[in-house]
Amino acid sequence: MIDFELSPRIKATKNMIHMFAEQALRPIARYYDENEHEKPWDLFKMVHKFMGGGMAGAFGASGKEEKAEKEGEPKEKKPRETNLAGAVTIEEIFWGDAGIALSFPGPGLGGAAVQASGTPEQKEKFLARFSGEEPVWGAMAITEPEAGSDTANIKTTAVLDGEEWVLNGEKIFVTSGKSALEYSKGFVVVWATVDRKAGRAGIKPFVVEHGTPGMQITKIEDKLGIRCSDTVSISFMDCRIPKDNILGSPEVVDKTKTEGFKKVMATFDATRPLVAAMAIGVGRAALDFIKETLKEKGVEIRYGINPNRMTVLEREIMQMEADLKAARLLTWRAVWMLDNGLRNDLQASMAKAKAGMAVTRITQKAVELMGPLGYSREYLLEKWMRDSKINDIFEGTGQIQLLITARRVLGFTREQLK
Amino acid sequence: MVSFELSDEQKMIQETCSSFAADHMYPAMREADESGEIPEEIISRGWELGLVGGCIPEEYEGFGEGLNALNMVIALEELAWGDLSMAIHLLSPTVLAFSVLDQGTEEQKKNLLPRYCGEEFKPASSALVEPYYDFCPSAIRTVADRDGEEFVINGAKCLAPLAKESDHVLVFAATNPGMGFAGVDAFIVPVGTKGMEIGEREKNMGLKALATYPINFKDCRVPLAARLGGEEGCDFLRLLSRSRLALAALAVGMCRHALEHSRDYARERVAFGEPIGSRQAIAFMIAEMAIEVDATRLLVWEAAWRCDKGMDFAKEAALAKNYAADVAMMVGDRSVQIMGGHGYIRDNPVELWFRNARGFATFEGMVMV
Repeated sequence: MIDFELSPRIKATKNMIHMFAEQALRPIARYYDENEHEKPWDLFKMVHKFMGGGMAGAFGASGKEEKAEKEGEPKEKKPRETNLAGAVTIEEIFWGDAGIALSFPGPGLGGAAVQASGTPEQKEKFLARFSGEEPVWGAMAITEPEAGSDTANIKTTAVLDGEEWVLNGEKIFVTSGKSALEYSKGFVVVWATVDRKAGRAGIKPFVVEHGTPGMQITKIEDKLGIRCSDTVSISFMDCRIPKDNILGSPEVVDKTKTEGFKKVMATFDATRPLVAAMAIGVGRAALDFIKETLKEKGVEIRYGINPNRMTVLEREIMQMEADLKAARLLTWRAVWMLDNGLRNDLQASMAKAKAGMAVTRITQKAVELMGPLGYSREYLLEKWMRDSKINDIFEGTGQIQLLITARRVLGFTREQLK
Repeated sequence: MVSFELSDEQKMIQETCSSFAADHMYPAMREADESGEIPEEIISRGWELGLVGGCIPEEYEGFGEGLNALNMVIALEELAWGDLSMAIHLLSPTVLAFSVLDQGTEEQKKNLLPRYCGEEFKPASSALVEPYYDFCPSAIRTVADRDGEEFVINGAKCLAPLAKESDHVLVFAATNPGMGFAGVDAFIVPVGTKGMEIGEREKNMGLKALATYPINFKDCRVPLAARLGGEEGCDFLRLLSRSRLALAALAVGMCRHALEHSRDYARERVAFGEPIGSRQAIAFMIAEMAIEVDATRLLVWEAAWRCDKGMDFAKEAALAKNYAADVAMMVGDRSVQIMGGHGYIRDNPVELWFRNARGFATFEGMVMV
């Protein structure tokens, strides 16, 4: 039965998280934007304490969740709604502040990769730490100076030498890399090729622990937005890691046909709608701000009238509102499919494409419509415009999402539609 | 709990309407547009789907359980995939019948509803849109003044579907001009009432197969009992919102067909040695069309769900309808553009969808869920 009503459990969580976002994140949002590379440690500790794996649940890769299953606690009989809960939670937190939310402790994308394709032993070994006393971060390193969305071009190498893999290369744009490797006892999942001639088939994920010799953070980026979040470059020089730290099989075969590859791709199917939810949270913040400002000034938005009678302001706001809602519904559909075990790669990309572009536009329009209030750093609108842009870039740019969507709609392979 | 899964009943409605659209409506679409006539057989077969009678309860001789906006938007999407003119023609009785069912007096229900539960298609018309560039349902210029035991209607209407072919027209007029939506009432006016003049069939850019008419009211007198809801009048915004949901759902169906057509063409048409869909310029257009068709459908579903749940849905319906109108233009335009010169030729369906698409920003009323 078609239903858009959140379950009482998700609703309660949503309300709680909203209060937290409003009271704990909003007041410090500007500070951590203007003081890039500083971190709200007390907040992180509190988040870790009260939210367990933190964003973990949201990323579908909570160490705690794993543990609970192991101890044989009775599983809920109700249909799964983990991913939906994640999307709803993320929207609320990101409504509070995107930069701070993005730097919350937890397994992150690295943990999600372990969760998706690790063996039970690997999951125990790498994920248990997220339920410990201290906040811990996980990170993922894919991008290289010459390989962004074009992952087949990855040049970082992994060579097996006895009982160890030896990594060499340079990674950039690693979200929370410093938090994972220097601020906590975390790890980074590094994508490297075991056979450059094999192209994509040779690219494998490896877990590299904090403090591993041969791995070094070489740069912390200064960014347009999400400044509370650290984005780093990492260099690997004869960096040796245990043989068992490879996720999935080391065999070089056509990955598209292996279970391992499918599992990794499934990670994206899970994370893309969540990035869409991040975007939606920021977009909603901007829209809420405008609507509240107009309400204070006594400006009414006349929803029911015909477009030919609307003011430009009304038309814009309605379009922003509809766009935001459309993005949210596409996102909810993508996570609902995942929760119900349905293939959602198309819908996940659709949601990410729509949300990234819609919210980029919404926040830019919001700045425009509020005139000098929009441009002033006294308010957060200009910050939201800067913050939101990342959602159209990371986890696959808007253009990559369109490419994936088009391939699926047209039924074309990667070779047929480049 | 959030779910995007259709019920078994909805799946059945979807399949039945989809087959009818593919087997009967779409094959006749071009010919109907050129000739301005819809084959009677299509309408009588379409009537067998039971979409109108299926919403009317047994006590009024129907065979349904009342209005269900979600079921209806699912049906409308499929029918509009087949052809927009035919879909509106077939469902032209909905505005009158569903308004009466939703808000009519017991007497109005008993008198009118059984007429739309028979085996034969029974047209009914509605008159909401007015021939002014700044027409807006919240500022209707047609007025209905109370004069003793009668209302006197004065004003001009247009885009009234099947007005000449129908026995009744549901006419929307202001009883309290200046009161916005709250000042508008609906009147059940028998065709032929003195003072009501139905003009020549309209010639529109699109919807060419659908017979629509202008209507002039000059001191047209109807009894008090002709007012929908009797002494209490009606909740016009609710009716308007129900019709906006219907129009938005129709836009989704038509756009989906335009998208599918563009997709198939982009796969087959070869230029510079490969299908044009292998080029990002074309592929990205198609991806955006696909995203927006799905986005619009979800906006429509959510608003319809709110309607069925008894929640306020006027804002959601308006947003969905305006969004659908914008998407229809984007999809219609691109479906022509992707075919290049071929898109401009009337041998192909896309120019027809493009013309129809432009109507959604203008249409109000006409069909209802």
